[in-house]
Amino acid sequence: MSAEPILSVEGLKVRFGSGRKAFEAVRGVSFELYRDETLSLVGESGSGKTTIGRAIMRVYPAAAGSVRYRGREIAGKVGAEEERLLRQKIQMIFQDPMASLNERAKIDYIVSEGLYNFKLFKDEAERLAKVEKALLEVGLLPEFASRFPHEFSGGQRQRIGIARALAMEPEILIADEPISALDVSIRAQVINLLNKLKRDRGLSYLFIAHDLSVVRFISDRIAVIHLGRLVELAPAEELFERPLHPYTKALLSAVPVPDPDEERDKKLVVYDPASHGYEAGDAPAWREALPGHFVLANEAELRDWTAGG
Amino acid sequence: MTRIKNDTAAAGPAAPALEAAPRAPGELLLSAQDLVIGFTLRGRKLTAVRRASLELRAGETLAVVGESGSGKSVLAKSLLGMLDRNGRAESGRIMYRGVDLAAFTGEKEWLKVRGSRIAMVFQDPMTALNPLKTVGEQIREAAALHRGLDKAASRALALDMLKRVGIGEPERRYGQYPHEFSGGMLQRAVIAAAIACGPEILICDEPTTALDVTIQAQILDLIKGLQRDLGMSVLFITHDLGVVAKMADRIAVMYAGQVVEEGLSRELFYDPRHPYTWALLASLPQLGVKGEELFAIKGTPPSLFKEIKGDAFAPRNPMALKVDFEHEPPFFDLSPTHRAKTWLLDPRAPAMEAPDTVKRLKSRIADAGRAAGVAGAGSPERPGSGVKKEAKR
Repeated sequence: MSAEPILSVEGLKVRFGSGRKAFEAVRGVSFELYRDETLSLVGESGSGKTTIGRAIMRVYPAAAGSVRYRGREIAGKVGAEEERLLRQKIQMIFQDPMASLNERAKIDYIVSEGLYNFKLFKDEAERLAKVEKALLEVGLLPEFASRFPHEFSGGQRQRIGIARALAMEPEILIADEPISALDVSIRAQVINLLNKLKRDRGLSYLFIAHDLSVVRFISDRIAVIHLGRLVELAPAEELFERPLHPYTKALLSAVPVPDPDEERDKKLVVYDPASHGYEAGDAPAWREALPGHFVLANEAELRDWTAGG
Repeated sequence: MTRIKNDTAAAGPAAPALEAAPRAPGELLLSAQDLVIGFTLRGRKLTAVRRASLELRAGETLAVVGESGSGKSVLAKSLLGMLDRNGRAESGRIMYRGVDLAAFTGEKEWLKVRGSRIAMVFQDPMTALNPLKTVGEQIREAAALHRGLDKAASRALALDMLKRVGIGEPERRYGQYPHEFSGGMLQRAVIAAAIACGPEILICDEPTTALDVTIQAQILDLIKGLQRDLGMSVLFITHDLGVVAKMADRIAVMYAGQVVEEGLSRELFYDPRHPYTWALLASLPQLGVKGEELFAIKGTPPSLFKEIKGDAFAPRNPMALKVDFEHEPPFFDLSPTHRAKTWLLDPRAPAMEAPDTVKRLKSRIADAGRAAGVAGAGSPERPGSGVKKEAKR
């Protein structure tokens, strides 16, 4: 991990609608993504995790705050040249491999669509070589290029989606629940693949997920998001060993663990946002509770939560 | 409504066996025996369930675990006569209170069982209810249909059920439409409709897969509580081994249309014997060690359009024996409650060890739970959590 973040998000807000109907889906989120790092955004439906990913992809405009790629501001208007670069360097992998591939296109076209759009090849031979390389990298045979998506299983389709992103030689991959639609045995294959690509290519992942237990294995750091705000961000192991925010604790207790003895003795922690009792002038802020471990808390909570250790 | 009442009235005297008294806990309630279910798809035949057998006892929760295409949902639907029109039980029996449900030929016979005796909760609560009718009215109708109650009595019952499944302000919620409910609340309402008919068996097909984890935890607790209070048996279909650990008394693992291993929950998790069960447990990310490869099952499940020779898991099993490709293994009993369908348990088979990850399960998960500060004190590792077998010739 280098000291300079490849992507930094600061005070990001995303709003839908306008006037009285306006809804703020992301309410001031800040985090950094480093080279070679997997940062996971974990939250429930409606927490805004997907919206953050899409705001970084510049699908949704940011209402406030900044998103910087290698130090350059990319939220809002950018030049044509910059736009081209971003479209190439930040790629996305989607949740549902059944819905995210064009049913009428052959794999060859699906993987090279981005190459066509950005004219990233000199001649036909180079394009074919790039498609072949991308397919081999995700563990598919080059001859699959002439087939259609319906000929593949869910796990293979997810690989095709990954190959499509890789062909663009990206630096950042935003993966929105890439494994939650997959079966247990296929899920393990895709997790291994993502980890291998990160090692081989020095990719950075922004991994969006709802399942903490899966995320632990692949993440370097985990950010927990609740109703459009980050409530906690820490190195993966640290978050599991020392969750500070009550919402993180509730989320951890809700995930069933595959062990009947543990499950029998487990007590469910339920999060009640009213339990904070925040008053005017006592609003919680994003604070560094322990080195590298951030939490949304006010002064008193910070003292309570970090006491005794 | 009149039509419905007639049906219910006709059902009474026609099926004396179905109206028998409640069973004692542990008594056999429902059993599928050598069930074969086939579908015709564009002229081709797909065998989704291949001679599967299951037993459900009074008061227990049996979890059926498997990946997509393992036949777990088809098996569950066949118990209610809810197979798609191109599918049918080709052979085998489904015995319930002395009646073979697999021999039912028409909807009329199924109506005596479905809903009133065996009820089902589906994966997606958004599609389980009619969006044009109020939630309360739909629960009331179910109660009126199956219990022959009049409007006032069934309404009172529906309100009581809403309260019972933890829906606040039942009077107000009764008159609301499905779109006014959140996913979790809607699933509670679906469960209310299912239990309003007083079934003795509740089949839950991935009831929490579409829900958030915190909501999932609440719904699972609700189902557990209702089962205890009402003395129901629950058949729980899922692919999530965490949910299985939380809910199951007994577990049946399905692969390619067959049950390959079954046993008590602790037997399956701490002493699994089938290579597929090993593989399933070992590929859990929770058991992975950071920086190492996660165990992954190679390949994909077999096509059920084709005849499967030998052990269906053999082509993906690195430990497969020669015999696995030729002859289908029988079940080997490991305890009165635990059996597995693999040649590895044959006395002539070479000794095979479960992968280390599986043996680690007990200690790994306990560590993870304790570290998170959310689990109870873990019990010490039990002996016999791996497979230890003498090689015999």
